[in-house]
Amino acid sequence: MDRGAPRFRAETRSAVTETALSTHGLQKSFGSLVVARDIEFALPLGARHALVGPNGAGKTTLINLITGMIRPDGGRIFLGADEITSLKPEQRVKRGLARTFQINTLFPHLSALEAVTLAVCERRGHAGDWRRRLTAQRDAIDEAYDILGSLMLGERCYRLTRELAYGQQRLLEIALALATKPRVLLLDEPAAGVPQEESAELFTAIAGLSEHISVLFIEHDMNIVFRFASRIIVMVGGSVLVEGTPGEIAADARVREVYLGKKAHG
Amino acid sequence: MTAEVSAGRYRYLEERARWRGIEIAFWLATLLPFFLFESYLSLASQVAITALFAVSLDLILGYAGIVSLGHAAFFGLGAYAAGLISKYGWGEPLSGLVLAAACAGLVGYAASFIIARFRHLALIMITLGLSLLLHEAANSASWLTGGADGLQGMRMWPLLGVFTFDLYGVAAYAYSLAVLFLVFLVARRLVHSPFGLSLRGIRENALRMPAIGAPSRAHIRKIYTISAVMAGAAGALLAQTTSTVSLEVLGFQNSADVLVILILGGAGRLYGGVLGAIVYMVARDQFSGVNPQYWYFWIGLLLIAVVLLLPNGVLGGLARWTEALRASARRRGAP
Amino acid sequence: MLGSLFGVVFDGFAYGMLLFVLSVGLSVTLGMMNFVNLAHCAFAMIGGYVVVTLMNGFGWPFFATLPVAFVVAGAVSVVLERTLYRRLYRASDLDQCLLTIGIVFVSIAAAAYLYGTIQQPVQLPAYLRGSVVFQGVNFAVYRLFLIAAALAITLVLVVSLEYTRFGAQVRAAVDNQRMARGLGINVDRAFAITFALGSGLAGLGGALAIEMVGLDPGFAFSYLIYVLIVVSVGGLGSIRGSFGAATLLGISDSAGKYYFPQLGAFLIYLVMIGLLMWRPAGLFGNR
Repeated sequence: MDRGAPRFRAETRSAVTETALSTHGLQKSFGSLVVARDIEFALPLGARHALVGPNGAGKTTLINLITGMIRPDGGRIFLGADEITSLKPEQRVKRGLARTFQINTLFPHLSALEAVTLAVCERRGHAGDWRRRLTAQRDAIDEAYDILGSLMLGERCYRLTRELAYGQQRLLEIALALATKPRVLLLDEPAAGVPQEESAELFTAIAGLSEHISVLFIEHDMNIVFRFASRIIVMVGGSVLVEGTPGEIAADARVREVYLGKKAHG
Repeated sequence: MTAEVSAGRYRYLEERARWRGIEIAFWLATLLPFFLFESYLSLASQVAITALFAVSLDLILGYAGIVSLGHAAFFGLGAYAAGLISKYGWGEPLSGLVLAAACAGLVGYAASFIIARFRHLALIMITLGLSLLLHEAANSASWLTGGADGLQGMRMWPLLGVFTFDLYGVAAYAYSLAVLFLVFLVARRLVHSPFGLSLRGIRENALRMPAIGAPSRAHIRKIYTISAVMAGAAGALLAQTTSTVSLEVLGFQNSADVLVILILGGAGRLYGGVLGAIVYMVARDQFSGVNPQYWYFWIGLLLIAVVLLLPNGVLGGLARWTEALRASARRRGAP
Repeated sequence: MLGSLFGVVFDGFAYGMLLFVLSVGLSVTLGMMNFVNLAHCAFAMIGGYVVVTLMNGFGWPFFATLPVAFVVAGAVSVVLERTLYRRLYRASDLDQCLLTIGIVFVSIAAAAYLYGTIQQPVQLPAYLRGSVVFQGVNFAVYRLFLIAAALAITLVLVVSLEYTRFGAQVRAAVDNQRMARGLGINVDRAFAITFALGSGLAGLGGALAIEMVGLDPGFAFSYLIYVLIVVSVGGLGSIRGSFGAATLLGISDSAGKYYFPQLGAFLIYLVMIGLLMWRPAGLFGNR
């Protein structure tokens, strides 16, 4: 278990065994535009944390950096005790880091069942198998079906993704991420574009996720944030402004000035 | 949940993959030329070879979404390999075929490392460039390939020791058809395997694949290699059944023709390539007296029409039409 | 020895300038809209045949035909853009390839039908024929003319791109299409105009090419390969890139033919693949 530990112990952050995900000194600029400024961040096990901030604060960029879609200019990223800074995105997924996209990034002509089965097969390592029948992978199909069922998509799982309603597609986004059996789940505005009545439902599903999964979600609707998050991180202009419990954040003058003064526009 | 419903998910997937009556009828119909069109057996053989080539392209284009303007590279490699094997003394068809296809596959495997890293224009250019490169190399290396005059001196032994490749074409067609059918079975199994699902995933949304932990590049390398083996087999068949190899097997025209055939028939359906090959080759044979320029004029118009009106080719159009019929029947019929 | 080297470089540079005029339009339009227009050299071919028709059929002087070639090629491209291309702006690479390949097939067949398949000869005016001798090296007058024309065109392009408002719009759209739209730039209109200009330039290139490399119906395909090499190696949307890549390709081709004739075009393709692997977005591309 000492793979990354020796250097890591020198850090003054929370103990190795309790942190599901952490970044240290994460930096990224596009030319003269600094999108990530020395970000120190830790997500404890079983967390339900929210990442908020005005548009352009760098929230999605942070997720892209953590998942490996963008390479940082500096800093390190740890998943549990393992350093993942130089790993490719698919390798990070294999280690248990999953994310959803703010804009639906799905497989339009695959049915929901096929899509989630694909993700399950990739996780199980069967996806390279060209000799066996897909229909013979009953375990994978069952698992996919159960995941879809847990997200209320069971009945519609035979429909092509492009035929699903928008809210159901957002749920499918999460289903795909869950199929990878993640330890850490990063949700990028999971309720984006979903009408008010349905977003609460969606978040109830998220809240119902296993406590073995640590969740960080980006969200604009502060009602949802206060209701479902145990801790809030506020980002502005590429750096973390402040983090704390909902009560602390609501009382923080800086946050109110930057962000909370306006009504929720989620 | 009742037992029937819980098995529904398996049934749904099995339904997509099972052998349809029309498929079986089709493959039985491929035996007809032996009885009804005996004088056209060499054409039938060409059709089978082209169909095999088209199916190999379908796997990378229709299923994985790799746009290749240079697939003739592997067809030609297989053809020249088979030709050279025969020319230098080993005329046994089956082993020659396997060896030639393996050669093409080896080059495909090497090329796949490059192919998998690129997309869009760079990918198109690299596939095109590789085939042009091979074409030039074959042209220059006339001491080996015969250059523009073509490969001379091939001598094929009888198939299975009994059936000679002659002008009547019986052995040729039987051989080509058998290879086509066997390879098709492999392709069909592949397409309905977990790997086939991954390929469709890559085609549908290449961005999502790493996010579900998929090693896209490894998948692409694998299918590209498999496709190269199949294309090489098609080329080898051509060389062996006609006992000649000409430079045009590596040419851009060959790559463009197979692309047109696949698109007309419908990519992503396996049978599209087969159907396209049948229609294209038969039509071209019928119009062979006509100036080739006019042929490409109509093909060009057809291509434009297909892209604008029938984007999934003939089979795609048929599928949409039957689906629309079924949908309206559902609306009218069941309560 | 050195004389022949100069000769090779000169010939290669002239050839490169021809390629540049042929390719620059495609580079910019590809950079703007990522539309894979494989029919680009068909417009070039049209320009060439316009010149042939006017000179051989109607006795026009050579220089008078050049602007007509530009205009006709541009006009045809506008018609095609309005009717066909416009529908596929958001389509896949494959669909764009297929549509434009279809157009190429049709144009080659039409050219063969109207003009036959042999190369078309044109009689250049006397002052463009022959060669000048300088420092013991032979410089063909036509090639000098070609180089001068291409450099003039380059100057016009660079100036208009840098100093006009339209040029600024084009640069913005190439750099970041979404952002440009967000800023209120009518990207579609800018693209249509750029496309017409680029195709017109291709037509001009085709007209200039007749004397240099010959014109036959196969031109639309045979030079497409070289144009694509220039564009992909030079980088999409970059005039500098096209210029550099065209020069490189022209001189390599000339040197290859002179020093390694048995290799043929093999070297070109190898260099292209190597360069693309090193820099997939082209030497000056930004993607």
